[in-house]
Amino acid sequence: MKMVDVKPMNKDYQSSLISLLYQLADDDFILAYRGSEWLGLAPHIEEDVAFSSISQDTMGHAAMFYQLLSDLGEGDVDDLAHARPAKVRKNAILLEMVNGPGHYLSKPSYDWAFAVVRNYFYVQAKKVRMESLKNSSYDPLANAALKVNMELYYHLLHWKTWFVQLMQAGGEARKRMEDAIHRVWDDFAGVLSLGPLGKELATFKIIESENILKGKWKQSMKPVFDSVNLLMPEEFGTQSGDGRKGVHIKDLEDALLTLREVYQTDPAASW
Amino acid sequence: MPQEKEKSVMKALQKVKDPEIDSISIIELGMVKKVEVNGDSVLIELLPTFMGCPALDIIHKNVVDSIAELTSMKEIDVQFIYHPPWTSDRVSDEGRLRLKEFGIAPPPKRITETGEWHVDCPYCDSTYTTIENIFGPTACRSILYCKSCKNPFEAMKPVSTIM
Repeated sequence: MKMVDVKPMNKDYQSSLISLLYQLADDDFILAYRGSEWLGLAPHIEEDVAFSSISQDTMGHAAMFYQLLSDLGEGDVDDLAHARPAKVRKNAILLEMVNGPGHYLSKPSYDWAFAVVRNYFYVQAKKVRMESLKNSSYDPLANAALKVNMELYYHLLHWKTWFVQLMQAGGEARKRMEDAIHRVWDDFAGVLSLGPLGKELATFKIIESENILKGKWKQSMKPVFDSVNLLMPEEFGTQSGDGRKGVHIKDLEDALLTLREVYQTDPAASW
Repeated sequence: MPQEKEKSVMKALQKVKDPEIDSISIIELGMVKKVEVNGDSVLIELLPTFMGCPALDIIHKNVVDSIAELTSMKEIDVQFIYHPPWTSDRVSDEGRLRLKEFGIAPPPKRITETGEWHVDCPYCDSTYTTIENIFGPTACRSILYCKSCKNPFEAMKPVSTIM
């Protein structure tokens, strides 16, 4: 299902656009996968329904971004999602990290605090991007952003509710949330990064600059942090490396092996 | 007569139901954006409801099959387009009735600036309802509870560009 007939465009414009689309698609793809691993393991049944619904939406967003890439001549969407090796993937490393020790099939000891913090901070960053992309110079992406943004409203509300409640709960909940927050800070610069072509993306007005977007993220989070007595750090880290450059940890390799298992039995099958 | 042909296409589209709510057609859901008949070819543009909805591929296939039954159409082109985005106010009045019939409260017509919304019970029309879960069994539905007739029920989740 082709979304757009692409008109010829400036070569540098096109390569910047493509680099951004890979980040958007790969981010949503791997985080939706990590979300799906929680199915049946969430704290209660209503959360199972909600989290799996959010993950399904998120996978839908990834599919749409892969479609935009396909329309630009990057190949088949199923191949883009399943066949690409880890080293060409552009998702932030924070989003590929395992949910916790163990495996969903045997002795999962997943960290709910990490899930809440990672998802909340990521969804707010995605929201800031979508708001900016609504004014993108690339119309098909602006249209997609408007669509994604409407669904994000509910995702953001969901994670914010968990975040505030667990932060205000005190005791062990607060302690575990703070541990998770520190882990997320260590690699959150990787999420906010627009990759090696960030400058070009802003020049071509495909999306606003990384600095503007980071400022908007902080601005939207500040009142929430104030309400739960949490300080906003000056800087965020990329301790595990820069996923936008294709650097990844073993967690991504392992995830790819699992998620492409069925696809690889017959890559030519029609889905 | 091209108008006759368009009518028969619309009739065929009316037969295509939401695979997960089989009382409502894709026309009543507001998914049909454009129908263009040109001789014996037809172009149909559909607006997807939720991006991750697994029913989209099924709907696409059902539309093609339903039009193919009209032997008058030789070329059938069915496309999902993303602009304008589908919003829940596209559900027609008829569609709202069909949803209620199925036990699903139609999407609220009004959403406050803070995004809050309220629906009445589709069974007893009581306004004394609570939201149990914004997310439900499918991407487009929420789970609610009626404190009057004590029935759990679902509502079609409102989506709007102001969100």
